[in-house]
Amino acid sequence: MKRAIIWGAAIAAVAVTGGCATTKDRAAYEADAAATIKRDFHARGAASMDRLNQDKLQLACTKHRDNLPMDLQKGIEEAELAKIVLPADGRFMGDWKSGARIAESGRGMTWSDPPGEASGGSCYNCHQLSPQQTSFGTVGPSLRQFGKLRGYTPETQKYAYQRIYNSKAFTPCSTMPRFGTSKTLSEGQIKDLVAYLLDPASPVNKD
Amino acid sequence: MSDAGLRPRRARARFLKPRMRSVMALCAVAALGTGFTGARLAAQERDVTEAEFDKFRALMEESNTAELFEIKGEELWTAKRGPKNASLERCDLGLGPGVLKGAYVQAPRYFADVGKVMDIEARIVHCMITLQGFRFEDLAKAPFSTEQRTPEVVSLVTYVAGQSRDMKIAAPQSNAQERDAYGLGEAIFYFRAGPWDFSCASCHGEDGKRIRTQNLPNFTNPRTAPRGFIGWPGYRMTGGVMHTLQWRMNDCFRQQRFPEPGYVSDTVTALLTFMAVNANGAVYKGPGIKR
Repeated sequence: MKRAIIWGAAIAAVAVTGGCATTKDRAAYEADAAATIKRDFHARGAASMDRLNQDKLQLACTKHRDNLPMDLQKGIEEAELAKIVLPADGRFMGDWKSGARIAESGRGMTWSDPPGEASGGSCYNCHQLSPQQTSFGTVGPSLRQFGKLRGYTPETQKYAYQRIYNSKAFTPCSTMPRFGTSKTLSEGQIKDLVAYLLDPASPVNKD
Repeated sequence: MSDAGLRPRRARARFLKPRMRSVMALCAVAALGTGFTGARLAAQERDVTEAEFDKFRALMEESNTAELFEIKGEELWTAKRGPKNASLERCDLGLGPGVLKGAYVQAPRYFADVGKVMDIEARIVHCMITLQGFRFEDLAKAPFSTEQRTPEVVSLVTYVAGQSRDMKIAAPQSNAQERDAYGLGEAIFYFRAGPWDFSCASCHGEDGKRIRTQNLPNFTNPRTAPRGFIGWPGYRMTGGVMHTLQWRMNDCFRQQRFPEPGYVSDTVTALLTFMAVNANGAVYKGPGIKR
């Protein structure tokens, strides 16, 4: 409904400005962008066209260029938190060794990835984790000694699980994908990553 | 058709002895190995690796591998080809038929004959269709370089880009269509979608970020924005292939987990307009070398 209103407003803005294009405002260009992209792209491999339909969160973060006004933040955080499915068995920790492999793998969800293969978490693309892996990105914060610094508590385990499952429940326009909500990673894979962060034996927590 | 002032450099590449060329290729392979090892060095050593690569790049650009593609491109430009058996020498890249000097650094631009903004690659494709009689479907079927094959349009773009070497980037914003392309490109840059919620800005909207060890230029900062334009077309030592900005945009969208953009589509043109205009004023060094 809200989306229809935004679209209506954008179309109206385009109509008003008409041929005098230089007076177009940002909302009009945003409407143009959504329409142009949908016209120009085609499905390839696993990357289907429905990926271009923005959900409420993606629309809001696009509109506000990742700086969401305070009044919108709370509602979006709550909606994203509600999308998190906690493990039925109440356990958050899996196998850290398997977690290490998932953290290394940058595969998954592109049109060139073979369909049917498990995705990785691409963690090292953006985060520092184990001190042994020196090829790490800096788009996200360093997670080195994650458990050692935060404590190996059940609360921290639950937080890590939720954060990986849906980072937007904590930071609405976070760069980090919603790995659980987008069905990129399974419950078991997320548990393995939690263990990679929070098992005292994991290299992440060693010097 | 080609400017006399640009001859010496091209000529020098042409007359490089074959043996010199193989030595250069060997150096490239050796340095490629060093590059891979470099990626695994400790964090503190990364700047050193980067500096070493810059030195190597400077050395390579003295006798640039990309120039071999420029030579191939020039041959293709002047050869009579296609169903109409015509050359591209009358192709108008925005500065008049056959004028190549400066065309690359003054694109994307509006072309009144087609009523739209085009980047150089889109315009060359247009000329291959109108002057030579090629079909768009054929040119768009496999437009990017692989280890097995370099599409002719890639060599042509590299040749044309070489004719703007050492000139200032000056992508025009002189009419409503060009300003609209910029506005549209900016909006596309911030468009978040896909299973991973990425936009271009997710990786290229902040200073000093890296994916693994790869530095990410911030295209919204005038200081780093030229890095999105300079160095392309680029010879990628990983795989040993020549790529244009059309490929770069295509592969970014792949990594964004989006579906695939159409070749030389308006989406890509708009993004390239946004990036080129943000790079205005910087000096274009000509086709370059990429890790």
